[in-house]
Amino acid sequence: MNINFTLIAQAIAFAVLIWFTVKFVWPPLLTAIETRQKEIADGLAAAQEGKSALEVAAKKSEAAIAEAKQKASEIIGQAEKRGSQIVEEAKGNAKTEGDRILANAKAEIDQEVNRAKEGLRSQVSALAIAGAEKILRKEIDAKAHSEMLSKLAAEL
Amino acid sequence: MATEHANNSEHALTPAGYIEHHLSFNAHPVTEGAGFWTLHVDTFVMSVALGLLVMGLVWLVARKATSGVPSKGQAFVELIFGFVDEQVKNIFHGNRHSFIAPTALTVFLWVFAMNSMDFLPVDWVAGIVSFFGGEHAKWRAVPTSDINTTFALALSVWILMIFFSIKVKGLVGWLHELFFSPFGTKIWVLPLNFLFNLIEYVSKPLSHSLRLFGNMYAGEVIFLLLGLWAATGVSGTIFGAILGAGWSIFHILIVALQAFIFMMLTVVYLAMAHEGH
Repeated sequence: MNINFTLIAQAIAFAVLIWFTVKFVWPPLLTAIETRQKEIADGLAAAQEGKSALEVAAKKSEAAIAEAKQKASEIIGQAEKRGSQIVEEAKGNAKTEGDRILANAKAEIDQEVNRAKEGLRSQVSALAIAGAEKILRKEIDAKAHSEMLSKLAAEL
Repeated sequence: MATEHANNSEHALTPAGYIEHHLSFNAHPVTEGAGFWTLHVDTFVMSVALGLLVMGLVWLVARKATSGVPSKGQAFVELIFGFVDEQVKNIFHGNRHSFIAPTALTVFLWVFAMNSMDFLPVDWVAGIVSFFGGEHAKWRAVPTSDINTTFALALSVWILMIFFSIKVKGLVGWLHELFFSPFGTKIWVLPLNFLFNLIEYVSKPLSHSLRLFGNMYAGEVIFLLLGLWAATGVSGTIFGAILGAGWSIFHILIVALQAFIFMMLTVVYLAMAHEGH
């Protein structure tokens, strides 16, 4: 158990080994591990962020759907209203049109009646003249009496 | 070449000769005068080779370390890295990455590798060495059972401890602490303070190094005794083998535990140097 030069040699070897580890072994391992730890932490944070973003998006989409539903029902309501309005309008239009047509027809009928009356009048006068002519052939001058008869016919 | 050949006469295989042979270092004088200037070639070669091997393996992995999905090798190295880093983090509250944590990793892996040499059967090592170096060649495979190794590590840590103390507190602050703590600043307690700190500074490297040395040396001696028993006959061989296996298994715990304790004490001492009393 004698202390000798081996001690110094071993101390130098120890110093060299420490220097080697400090310089070449520890830093790359530390960098690799710390980088990985940071990456994992970042990944977890990103996952958390994604989760909360998903929640926000879900809420947003729900709100959008609700809004769309409301709008749709509004639109349907408006459309219904508008539809009934159109029907009412159409009804009104049809009524006025019908009235108009009816009035026209009445006017036409009146006209026809008048025309028929006119025709009848002239025919009656012609018939009357013919009858009177037949009756009065002998004694009445056609010329003298036609004036009186046409006056009579106009009065009918 | 070996210096201690005084007992060549009892080369006939005796128990004392067997143990003597296994506990002798392959010592070479580095200058003419021998004495202190002797190098234990076995200790030095084994420790440097093991240091290069473990730190080299870790470096090969660290060089290509990726922050993405790690390979199995990288996962294993990161396991050790995380273990050491966690221990240091709990003890030392400062920038541990610039020096203390890598030092702890070096100490842990290197001491673990050197302790692990105890698993090599002692007589296989002797057999291989005598095959290459002749019958008298000596080779101790466990560098940490050489007091020089454990003292070298403990003293290096001790010097670092004083260095960090002075670096953090300043020379004045360090001297102040040496004389004015732990008992206070009254004049009559100053010698007491200094004595107290002196004992602390002496006991730290001693307990640090002797704990590891004692465990490893004792482990080796037990293996040698079991080897001796095996030489006594058939029953001795059987029981020696069974107990040797048991001791080896128990030694796995000791090897890992002593490496861990040595690392923890290194970290604790260096952390204490950064803090005031």
